[in-house]
Amino acid sequence: MLVEIGHFALVLALLVALVQGTVPLIGAAARSRPLMDLARTAALLQFGLVALAFAIFMHAHTISDFSVRNVFENSNTAKPMLYKVTGVWGSHEGSMMLWVLMLTLFGGLVAALGRSLPASLRARTLAIQGLLGFGTLAFIIGTSNPFARLIPAPVDGRDLNPLLQDPGLAFHPPFLYFGYVGFSITYSFAIAALIERRIGAAWARWVRPWALTAWCGLTIGIALGSWWAYYVLGWGGWWYWDPVENASFMPWLLGTALLHSAAVVEKRESLQRWTVLLAILTFGMSLIGTFLVRSGVLTSVHAFAVDPTRGVFILVLIALVIGGGLVLYALRAPGLEAGSPFAPVSREGALVLNNLLLCAGMATVFLGTFYPLFAEVWSGMKLSVGPQYFDATFVPILAPAVVAMVIAPVLAWRRGRLAATLRRLAPAAIAAVLAPATLFAFDRTAPPAVLAGIALAAWAMLGVLADLADRSGLAKQPLDAVWRRLRHLPHGTWGYSIAHFGVGVLIAGIVVSTAWRSERIETVRPGDTVQIAGRTLRFVGVTEGDIANYHAQRAQIVVERPGSTPITMYPERRYYPVAHSQTTNTAITTNGFGDLYLALGDPDGQGGWVLRAYYNPLVPWIWFGAILAAMGGLVALSERRLRVRVPVARTPAVTVSAGAADPR
Amino acid sequence: MIRMLFLAAALLAALGGQMAQAVEPSERLADPALEARARALSRDLRCLVCQNQSIDESNADLAHDLRVLLRQRLVAGDSDQQVLDYIAARYGMFVLLDPPFEPVTYLLWLTPPLLVLGAGAFLVMQSRRRRVERSLPGLTEDERARAALILGDSG
Repeated sequence: MLVEIGHFALVLALLVALVQGTVPLIGAAARSRPLMDLARTAALLQFGLVALAFAIFMHAHTISDFSVRNVFENSNTAKPMLYKVTGVWGSHEGSMMLWVLMLTLFGGLVAALGRSLPASLRARTLAIQGLLGFGTLAFIIGTSNPFARLIPAPVDGRDLNPLLQDPGLAFHPPFLYFGYVGFSITYSFAIAALIERRIGAAWARWVRPWALTAWCGLTIGIALGSWWAYYVLGWGGWWYWDPVENASFMPWLLGTALLHSAAVVEKRESLQRWTVLLAILTFGMSLIGTFLVRSGVLTSVHAFAVDPTRGVFILVLIALVIGGGLVLYALRAPGLEAGSPFAPVSREGALVLNNLLLCAGMATVFLGTFYPLFAEVWSGMKLSVGPQYFDATFVPILAPAVVAMVIAPVLAWRRGRLAATLRRLAPAAIAAVLAPATLFAFDRTAPPAVLAGIALAAWAMLGVLADLADRSGLAKQPLDAVWRRLRHLPHGTWGYSIAHFGVGVLIAGIVVSTAWRSERIETVRPGDTVQIAGRTLRFVGVTEGDIANYHAQRAQIVVERPGSTPITMYPERRYYPVAHSQTTNTAITTNGFGDLYLALGDPDGQGGWVLRAYYNPLVPWIWFGAILAAMGGLVALSERRLRVRVPVARTPAVTVSAGAADPR
Repeated sequence: MIRMLFLAAALLAALGGQMAQAVEPSERLADPALEARARALSRDLRCLVCQNQSIDESNADLAHDLRVLLRQRLVAGDSDQQVLDYIAARYGMFVLLDPPFEPVTYLLWLTPPLLVLGAGAFLVMQSRRRRVERSLPGLTEDERARAALILGDSG
């Protein structure tokens, strides 16, 4: 019964979405306040209905109701409760439910928080969001119904893919989708602004917090996914340039560009057209990413042909969303105000350069991801595009963007002076030369690419510090004055400084862990020792046992290091009988500067076990850097919220300054 | 339906049961220089039955076979390129993770540099245009605003 209510709520949400997507548009055109205000009610109602359906779906999973097909296919009574809950989004149907939940959440948030928005802009934005909801809900109900029944109900379910039964992956999809789908709201804002033919500083001020929110979610989501890959796949890789990863990385790259160009619109009323285009394309990339992952097209074009309904449906949705957006853009963009001019050497100029590089990088990732598919269609030839391609193309495109990232905030708006700027960054430039030189003195075999990477990381980190020192008057002012200045720097300044510093930390982690990792793969018997990175690993033995829904083989390894107390590590292999699959559970100890990473391999049948040991220097910095970047976004957001609230107190002033927004 | 499920499960169990792990000690060559070359090469070869893994990372049986095969070729005295050609001739271009520069991949390899050139050309053109605009006896922004007011009033 409950399940039928969930199904019904979903259908009702579809109808509400239809109303939300049409009536407010008519209302905005006819300047009818009641019709426009319907958008808010509808957005909140649609979110409420979807949330109800989602809660019922989750309930069916937690009580293991195997009369629901999706629960039977993805759950099992022996599965731990945590994974019964998070297994909700482990399947196709469930992940689409999560998608639409996020979509309606953002619509509901704009409805609830967007009181300071002009009525017509709010109505149109929510209407577009409603149409997106309508498309997604139609897709779910039409092709991927999560509430489909299975009668008679089986006794037990088939269990979730064991790889997904993991804390890292349990929370990766909500963050990722929060980011992915969060960009739907910037898309809706962009389309609404095109309909209104007005994009200026005020529009950017409303859009930026949403873009920033989505971006933070996406950053954390991608970082969680890569961390999961690192500790689960058993050999210490953390990024594979896999189509699924690229699917989330492409909207991230465009979203990053969008954040920065929206800042230019807000501060300088320039780059309006470009920003709108980015907003459309960023969400377009989110949709393409969903299509990539959900249609099966990435494994092979043939997988797509096996079950084409879903793929074709998403493809039509993408065509409508991106195509419709671009057509509207082509019609309306030329009529938009041209931005204020700026010199090539200026903060705007540097941000334009970064935007172009981010877009070129995105296009490269896109090409590398889809090329095998295109090539197979037009030449019938199957080929692979591996990490080697992305290392050779994407990395050189993005490296100059990191150089410019440090320079841009130091440059003045409108017209900057390069010489003066570089003088301010002199300490960073010196560090960027000294750091690789020192390393080269220690390791003469270090390849040029590694040295360049080190230089880049030093430049990014020291550049941010030099900028902060300069802004706080360090070395010119007494220390308490410096401290006071630092404390009063705008949150936006702190935000980008923390985020950019994070990029430097991330690069250092990538370069050092790739260049200086060590590896030992040995067959060991109880009592044997293996030496790695100044540590002695003593293999004690393997114990076996049945735990929850799996059978475990657990190795005990004592790690000894001269001058410190020994620690014990337990790498594990798990066998999931219901799902018939084997997973590796690695054991990792970290001191923040390097990870000792152990994975247990196969037994050799004569009492020996294959042990894989890796020492990955600086690898935690990859995730520290990503978290710093996301934290920078949150810090910047903390100020936005304050600033968004201020106009609420004097709403009339805002509506007047926004022009003919007031319908009466 | 149920029978099909059992069949699939049995098949999975068979595959899962015989899972070998990536790069096993038993596969390794005695000569460290040759082994280093083998490791580097195995990163360039795709495990054909996996989803986007190199044979260096994969624990599938086929990956194991390919690792052994490429080591045999190295021991036989092949150069790196010869090993890659040998395996690509048997398994197709699909096996090469680093796509070679051939007619079918021209577009793949040439687009990124063209994109960067295009972006550079765009920036140069923009700054040229701006310079031309600036070289005209322009009005300041205040003057322009006043002109707009006056023109708007008279029109």
